[in-house]
Amino acid sequence: MSIFITEDTKVITQGITGKNGTFHTEQGLKYGTNYVGGVTPGKGGTTHLGLPVFNTVKEAVEMTGAEASVIYVPPPFAADAILEAEAAGIRICICITEGIPVLDMVKVKRKLLDPKCTMRLVGPNCPGVITPGEGKGCKIGIMPAHIHKKGNVGIVSKSGTLTYEAVKQTTDVGLGQSTCVGIGGDPVHGTNFISVLSAFEADPQTQAIVMIGEIGGQAEIEAADYIKSAVTKPVVGFIAGATAPKGKRMGHAGAIISGGDDTAEAKIKALKAAGVTMVQSPSEIGAAVKKLLG
Amino acid sequence: MNIHEYQAKELFRKFGVAVPEGFVAANGAEAEAAATKLGTPVVVVKAQVHAGGRGKAGGVKVVKSPAAAREAADALIGKNLVTFQTDAKGQPVNKVYVESGVDIARELYLAITLDRGQGRLVLMASTEGGMEIEEVAHSHPEKIFRETIDPALGLMPYQAQNIAFALGLKGDEIKNAIKFMMNLAKAYTDLDCAMIEINPLVITGQGGVMALDGKVSFDDNALFRHKDIAELNDTTQSDSREVEAAKYDLNYVGLEGEIGCMVNGAGLAMATMDVIKFAGSEPANFLDVGGGADEEKVTAALKIILGDPQVKGVLINIFGGIMKCDIIANGIVAACKTVNLSVPMVVRLEGTNVELGNDILAKSGLPIITANSLADGAAKIVAAIK
Repeated sequence: MSIFITEDTKVITQGITGKNGTFHTEQGLKYGTNYVGGVTPGKGGTTHLGLPVFNTVKEAVEMTGAEASVIYVPPPFAADAILEAEAAGIRICICITEGIPVLDMVKVKRKLLDPKCTMRLVGPNCPGVITPGEGKGCKIGIMPAHIHKKGNVGIVSKSGTLTYEAVKQTTDVGLGQSTCVGIGGDPVHGTNFISVLSAFEADPQTQAIVMIGEIGGQAEIEAADYIKSAVTKPVVGFIAGATAPKGKRMGHAGAIISGGDDTAEAKIKALKAAGVTMVQSPSEIGAAVKKLLG
Repeated sequence: MNIHEYQAKELFRKFGVAVPEGFVAANGAEAEAAATKLGTPVVVVKAQVHAGGRGKAGGVKVVKSPAAAREAADALIGKNLVTFQTDAKGQPVNKVYVESGVDIARELYLAITLDRGQGRLVLMASTEGGMEIEEVAHSHPEKIFRETIDPALGLMPYQAQNIAFALGLKGDEIKNAIKFMMNLAKAYTDLDCAMIEINPLVITGQGGVMALDGKVSFDDNALFRHKDIAELNDTTQSDSREVEAAKYDLNYVGLEGEIGCMVNGAGLAMATMDVIKFAGSEPANFLDVGGGADEEKVTAALKIILGDPQVKGVLINIFGGIMKCDIIANGIVAACKTVNLSVPMVVRLEGTNVELGNDILAKSGLPIITANSLADGAAKIVAAIK
């Protein structure tokens, strides 16, 4: 098994005819992802990469039965694209777009927290989700395919390129990955560490978890509490930014909200206390997981 | 993006957020004229820098005549102001704000910012104004009053009223404070702010509610829809390397060390800095070239790094996903041809089109050292500069 997506998941690309949408849909098709169409308003009725293009997500869902969508729409229109996916009944929406205004995401978040909303959003500003397969897998996003290998390590990360580090190393030590989820590092986002950790805990294929965080926000502290109470599988962790300077600040409001828990030091301490094996350099992730799995 | 107090107050006036009367001045003569125009017995001359803690650092002077205002402005302008929120060099003072003195009955704290945990804006207030507000939040969290703003509704009057009563306001003060908070919240969302902080918010002897200071910062990702706000940017308040980087949309932060780094992805860039430190050196910068960097951006990034006199070696760490390694390699080769590569350079490429990228570097004839992992790259560059 895997989490969130399988090799059979039907996927559409929002922004399929753009440069990034085209390149990464093509890469996904090569990997075996079950792409069934794409959306570009105004280009409905045409064909792109051999896939039908629709004007709206609603139409694409009705015609193809798509349950997943990936968004490459430019930042000014990306939040609207997420909400369009939700209204069309998409089950999991993966937003790659970087640079969405915070207040746009505040509106999206309100929708996601509505009890009637059943869509899971991953991202924005993330590499996407991949479930490696043998011969045929499901790659939704911008991660380079060739470093992945089907296996038993679940990876969840705020940082795109650091996810790739963890992937390559777990492949190199021979373990491979069950599913890799990039949740993105934007201040307001969809899926958080806890929901991915709980899915990995419940997934029989996943035998160990790698969690990669960054300075800023409280999410890692909350994840540490969750791991302590509900995760029995071994977890390896890394927090980027241990040596980052505090930088010039204008006021105090941010510090009042965070209460000082947003430093790498505070996060590393909380995760260690929760029984997570913390590594000092991302180059040590592979060896640390290998050691835990004996 | 941050702006100056005088710019913040101009925006506040447009939104009906009360501020004392004042004028910006670029020299002593202008400050004297401003004080004469204000005509109040007391005027305050305030250094305009992008940092808090100006009062304690001597950047705010209370004077009693236009001549004294001139003297105060002359003493501040043209110098750097060092406060607890700046680095050791401080921030250059190019302008002062000359403001009429206010009859202060009470000093309070008011701010709006994002609560990441909730994914919503929060209006915060406290009776404990001044610089110790973070300490108050830590030791007496009950003294910080909060109202979470529903994005579909905006701040509601009852919420502003809750804050007004919590602050112990009375009579006309309550009505004035509600208007103040409602207008401030509107300014925040209309302008795509990232933070507004008013410290102190003052209650005057006549029951007025006014922003005596105003710190406003904006969401850089939303500046595309606020061209007029983007023009308020004062680049003299930023590191010159950062100003150059911003022209190419590069995420750059200047630091004090000797290893220039170019990395894709903020997390990997921070991790690269961490690993350089563990390998026994210090990074000269944080530089995330972003997801969609092209050859031009990579060239610009390398020019900034190689043009920095404190850089003794360069570490390039790219794990290509959306970004392809051959594009990075072409950028490196192009940049090294226009800028003299006078320091050691270690390049670690991994990911999409990695073979093509390494091939381009190998055939370039440049003295580039390649590395096969982040730890390997950091060790090699630290060894190369020793």
